[in-house]
Amino acid sequence: MALDITAIREQFPILDRTVRGGKPLIYLDSAATTQRPRAVVEAMEQFTFSHNGAVHRGTHQLGEEATDAFEAARATVARLVGAAPDEIVWTSGATAGLNLVANGFKNASLGPKSAAASRFALKPGDEIVVTEAEHHSNLVPWQELAKATGAELRWFGVDDEGRLDLSNLNELINERTKVVAFTHVSNVTAAITPIEQIVAAARRVGATTILDACQSVAHLPLDLPALGVDFAAFSGHKMFGPTGVGVLYGTREALAALPPVNFGGSMVETVTMTDATYLPPPMRFEAGTQMVTAAIGMAAAANWLNNLGFDNLSEYENNLAEELLKVEEIPGITIIGPREAHDRVALVSFVVDGVHPHDVGQVLDDAGIAVRVGQHCAQPIHNRFGVSSSVRASATVYNTVAEISAFREALAQVRPFFGVD
Amino acid sequence: MTQLYQQLILEHSKTPTGRVAKGELEGANSHGLNIGTSHQVNPTCGDEITLVAKFEGDKIADIIWEGQGCAISQASASVMTDMAIGQTATQVTDDNLLFHELMHSRGAGLTDPQAIEQLGDAVAFTGVSQYPARIKCALLGWEALRAAIHQAQLKGE
Ligand SMILES: Cc1ncc(COP(=O)(O)O)c(C=O)c1O
Repeated sequence: MALDITAIREQFPILDRTVRGGKPLIYLDSAATTQRPRAVVEAMEQFTFSHNGAVHRGTHQLGEEATDAFEAARATVARLVGAAPDEIVWTSGATAGLNLVANGFKNASLGPKSAAASRFALKPGDEIVVTEAEHHSNLVPWQELAKATGAELRWFGVDDEGRLDLSNLNELINERTKVVAFTHVSNVTAAITPIEQIVAAARRVGATTILDACQSVAHLPLDLPALGVDFAAFSGHKMFGPTGVGVLYGTREALAALPPVNFGGSMVETVTMTDATYLPPPMRFEAGTQMVTAAIGMAAAANWLNNLGFDNLSEYENNLAEELLKVEEIPGITIIGPREAHDRVALVSFVVDGVHPHDVGQVLDDAGIAVRVGQHCAQPIHNRFGVSSSVRASATVYNTVAEISAFREALAQVRPFFGVD
Repeated sequence: MTQLYQQLILEHSKTPTGRVAKGELEGANSHGLNIGTSHQVNPTCGDEITLVAKFEGDKIADIIWEGQGCAISQASASVMTDMAIGQTATQVTDDNLLFHELMHSRGAGLTDPQAIEQLGDAVAFTGVSQYPARIKCALLGWEALRAAIHQAQLKGE
């Protein structure tokens, strides 16, 4: 069934606005943050105006309704990724989720020792494996963990096409490897990671796997238990939901063994003046009052995505990816990442010979076209390609082929404007 | 767009005053002059500048810098270099304050005719002040010069 893009666009009021003196907005920055459909905002409004109350506390009716809505939201987001509700921990976003896991490892390594947490305890001689394509949020927490524990940080490189180089898979993932943290889709190259191969290698040596699903969750059907990763993190605001909320997925075994990281109300069973015992997961990891309204919004976004259907979505976005890849037909443009439309998402990063990305972005902005410029929080992959920054255009289901043509036309004007050829 | 990228800015960005090739800064001979150095980074885009200012007494005798960045940042550092050579540290600090004021004018520019005259070619950057995300680009070189002057003054004490 083909998607009715006009009807989809109508659900996003922001797409109707104009920018920079009356130009229709062409929003090609969904990889940074997606726009929100009415359904998401309406769910949050409905909760706020009719059911808001303190969750998991007290006995009044509003408290009960709010708790039900919050837990139903957890179940909805769980379904989106094929998980059970108790495998879903609310976080403030993917960055918080990734830090939570890394800090859990740190507590297991440096804090009170427990038999359950010993699988997460790192020491000198152990190895943490990441990739050169990581967002800083899935790199720096592991650097810090390596520094704190004396473990060694190692990484998969990226080939000239921007795909992960797995040729040394069995050397890189070995008996010393304790952690393998990697992105599902690079937010710079758009390449999709062959997860199965990495997970199989990690399992052979008993390493814990952490998947950054930020750039995949709104574009590819995800079944996290089937993928076999131990943990995964993603953000609400990159899947048509609100900011301030995200999810950390963990298998029951992994969450049960991971030491808590944030301490306080809502995560304890009994507390004396000197000690405390902790609730089981997922609440063990949800200290303090949660972002309940945002969680309701994220669940509405998950439902909205499910209603579209991932088959329809992928087919449509593939088409957009092909349109985006045509930027290389413009003289002076070099893509960072694979040139083929397969095994990628609808996102393209590139450099314009002779014009700095900031200046490219400015000229596009003047035409009403919103793209991302800079390093996209991924400096190492830019270094890998010998550039200090790039321009990134990312499209999703509310974008049209006509918009991408308009983007390419505006892009073709950039070098002439700056007098380079 | 031509409001923002004025001809003067485009020209300076193509052949910036004071910009030297990578590696030339290390070899910079101070010829016995007091020098100040500063390295500044714009973390959102990765743009960088490394600047060396040479002093003859309180006067800036020469400025060279090495960097990569957008047209705005390169042109701004270039115009600044033209302005600063031959001036005292106090004068340059005063120019720097005025330029900051211009950058925070939200497109309105400066009103004081004397201030406008003092900034000279640097008023071409008025358009930048309408784009909050670009102000840092225009200030990168000025920030490097401020820090270099500070370093030289500390050494001179
Ligand atoms: C691949 C990837 N990982 C992690 C993040 C961090 O997400 P957030 O800023 O929502 O925590 C992003 C978002 O920019 C991303 O694209």
